[in-house]
Amino acid sequence: MSRAFTPKIVTANALLEGDVIYLTADDRWSRDLSEAELIDDEAHAQLRLLDAESARNVVGAYLADAVAGPKGPKPVHFREAFRAKGPSNYAHGKQEDRKHV
Amino acid sequence: MYDYNDFDDHFVRERVAQFRAQVERRIDGSLTEDEFRPLRLMNGLYLQLHAYMLRVAIPYGTLNSAKMRQLAMIADRWDKGYGHFTTRQNIQYNWPELKDVPDMLEALADVGMHAIQTSGNTIRNVTADHFAGAAADEIEDPRPVAELLRQWSTDHPEFQFLPRKFKIAITGSPNDRAVTKAHDIGLRMVTRDGEPGFEVIVGGGLGRTPMIGQVVRDFLPKADLLPYVEAIVSVYNLLGRRDNKYKARIKITVHENGLDKIRELVEARFAEIRPGFSGHDQHLLAELERSFASPDFVRKPADAYLAARNSDPVFRSWSDTNLSEHLHANYALVSISLKAHGQTPGDSTSDQMRVMADLAERYGHDELRISHEQNVILPHVHKSDLPAVHAALKSAGLATANIGLISDIIACPGMDYCALATARSIPVAQEIATRFEELKLEHEIGPLKIKISGCINACGHHHVGHIGILGLDRAGVENYQITLGGDGSEDAVVGERAGPGFAYDEITDAIERIVHAYLALREDKAETFLQTYRRLGAQPFKDALYPKEEKADAA
Repeated sequence: MSRAFTPKIVTANALLEGDVIYLTADDRWSRDLSEAELIDDEAHAQLRLLDAESARNVVGAYLADAVAGPKGPKPVHFREAFRAKGPSNYAHGKQEDRKHV
Repeated sequence: MYDYNDFDDHFVRERVAQFRAQVERRIDGSLTEDEFRPLRLMNGLYLQLHAYMLRVAIPYGTLNSAKMRQLAMIADRWDKGYGHFTTRQNIQYNWPELKDVPDMLEALADVGMHAIQTSGNTIRNVTADHFAGAAADEIEDPRPVAELLRQWSTDHPEFQFLPRKFKIAITGSPNDRAVTKAHDIGLRMVTRDGEPGFEVIVGGGLGRTPMIGQVVRDFLPKADLLPYVEAIVSVYNLLGRRDNKYKARIKITVHENGLDKIRELVEARFAEIRPGFSGHDQHLLAELERSFASPDFVRKPADAYLAARNSDPVFRSWSDTNLSEHLHANYALVSISLKAHGQTPGDSTSDQMRVMADLAERYGHDELRISHEQNVILPHVHKSDLPAVHAALKSAGLATANIGLISDIIACPGMDYCALATARSIPVAQEIATRFEELKLEHEIGPLKIKISGCINACGHHHVGHIGILGLDRAGVENYQITLGGDGSEDAVVGERAGPGFAYDEITDAIERIVHAYLALREDKAETFLQTYRRLGAQPFKDALYPKEEKADAA
C-alpha cells in the first residue's frame, strides 16, 4: 500500500531579490505562503512543478509539504516555517515587509 | 598592507565587467539559472534561504580603515546596514539584490578587494593568524607568504576545477591561532638552524569526516614554499576523488592513500616542478615583505594605561580579557568583541565598522584584522591610547569584555540564512551568551570556547570547540548534539560526542549543566575547562548531561 500523499506547495526564490515565493492556483507568484496553491494530488503537483521550473524570474522551484490552515497553507517542516517568516535574529525579510503593511 | 598594482586592479575590474554582463544576461533571460549559477558562484554570490548572499574575501584577515569604511558603505547602500564576519575571515552580506551585485563588486575593486574564489572547487581565501605581524610569540609575519599564495592561487589555470574546495591557513607563531591543523594545507612557521621555514600539514578538515592534519614535511625552507604547495595541490587534483562529493576533500585522499604515498607523490612532483621556479616568486616575496613592514612604533610612556587600570574597573576587566601581548612592550593587540551578549556572533553594523576604522586610523597604524573567531582586531595600539580606544568602543557597543570566554561563541549563520543548514545556530549562541551573562558566571568560568555549527559541514568549527554544538534535523525537529574536549590550537583534537542530542529549548540548560560540573570538578580556579576535561575524561561531564540515564543504570 502506498503512503498517503502529503499535500504540497510549489515554492522557489525570486530571481531579482532572492525572496521566497509561492505558486498560486491562478498562476501568480506570491510572496505570501497563505496565498499558495495547496496541492493534494501527486500528479498535479508534478505538473505544477514543471510549470514552475519553466517560469522566468524564478529560481530553484521545488515541492514542499504543507497543510491546510484557517488562513491558507501552513508549513510542515521548520525550514519552510523560517522561509515563510525570515531569520530569527533580526526582524528582516518577510516579517519586516509585513510590519510596513 | 599590500596595495593592488595595475595588474591586480585591471584583473579585478575586468572580472567585474564580465560579471556585470553575465548578470544582465541572466536578468533578460538569455542565461538560464543552470548556466548562470557557476558564474555567480565564481564571484562569491550565493542564493540562500531568504535572499542572495555575497561573500567577500578579506585576504588573511587584514584590512585598513579605507577598506573597512568601504565595507560599511556597501552595507548601507546595498544591504541592510550590517555585515557578518565569518570563520574564514570573509564578510558576508545577507540581503543584496541581484542587479546591485556588480556595483558592489565595483565598489570593492575601488579599495582593492573582491569576492573571487570565495566559492567553488578552487583555492579559497587564504587565512592567517589574526595577530600576524604583531604577536609577541611570532617568528615572522606570515602575511607576505599569504599574499604570495593569494596571487598565485587567484585564477590559477590548473586549479579552477579541483575535486573539491581547498583551504589554506598559515601562522608565523608556534601558538596556533589559525587552526592550521583543520585545513587542507596548514603552514606553521618553524625555525631550523636559525632559518625560518614551514612545517607543512596536509589533510586536515572538519565537516562530516573531521580529521586533524598530518605533517607531510617537518621543515620546508621558505624559498621552496610555492613549488611545494603547488605540488600538493597538483597531486590532489589528479588523485582526489571526483566520484563522490563527500569523499572529495584532500583529507579523504590522504586517509585513503596513506600519508607515505602522498608524501612520495608530492616530493616527486615537487622535484619535477621546482626547477621551473627560477626566482621570480622569491623576488616577488621580497617585495611583499617590504609592503608588510612593521609600522613605525611610537616611543612614549604607557602611564595612562596603568592609571586607567587602577581607576576604572570596567576598563580593567576589558583589558584583562581583550588585550594580548604585542611584540613591542608598550603596545597591545586589542581584540574587539563582536559578541555582545545576545547579539549575533560576527555581526557588525556599518556604524560600528566606521568606529573601528576611525580607531585604526587614529590609534592603530591604520590596521585592522578579522579573526576566524569572528572578532575584529586592532593589532597595533600604544598602551597609552587604550583608555581612549576603550571609551570609543564602549559608546559604540563594542567593548564587551569576553574574549576567550564562554560568550565569545563562534556560530555559523545556520538555518536563519544558510540553505544548507539543518538547524539554527545564531539563536542558540544568543541564548547561551545571555544565560551566562545573567548568571554572572562568565569570568568565574574562565577560558572556554563554545563553537556552534548548524549542519554537519561544520563552518562553526564545532569539532574543535571545547564544547561543540551541532544542530541537526531529527525527524523534522531541531536537535543539538554536544561534543566535548575539542581543541583548535597547535594541540588540535576533535571533540568527542557526548551522547544523544538535545531539543532547541533544552540545549542552553544542557550547556549550563556541563559548566556547573566543571566548576565543581576543577582543582582550582587556574585549571581551565579543557584541562579539567583532559584530567578527568568525558564521563563526569556525561553524567552531568544525562542525570536520569545514570539513575537508570544504577538501578
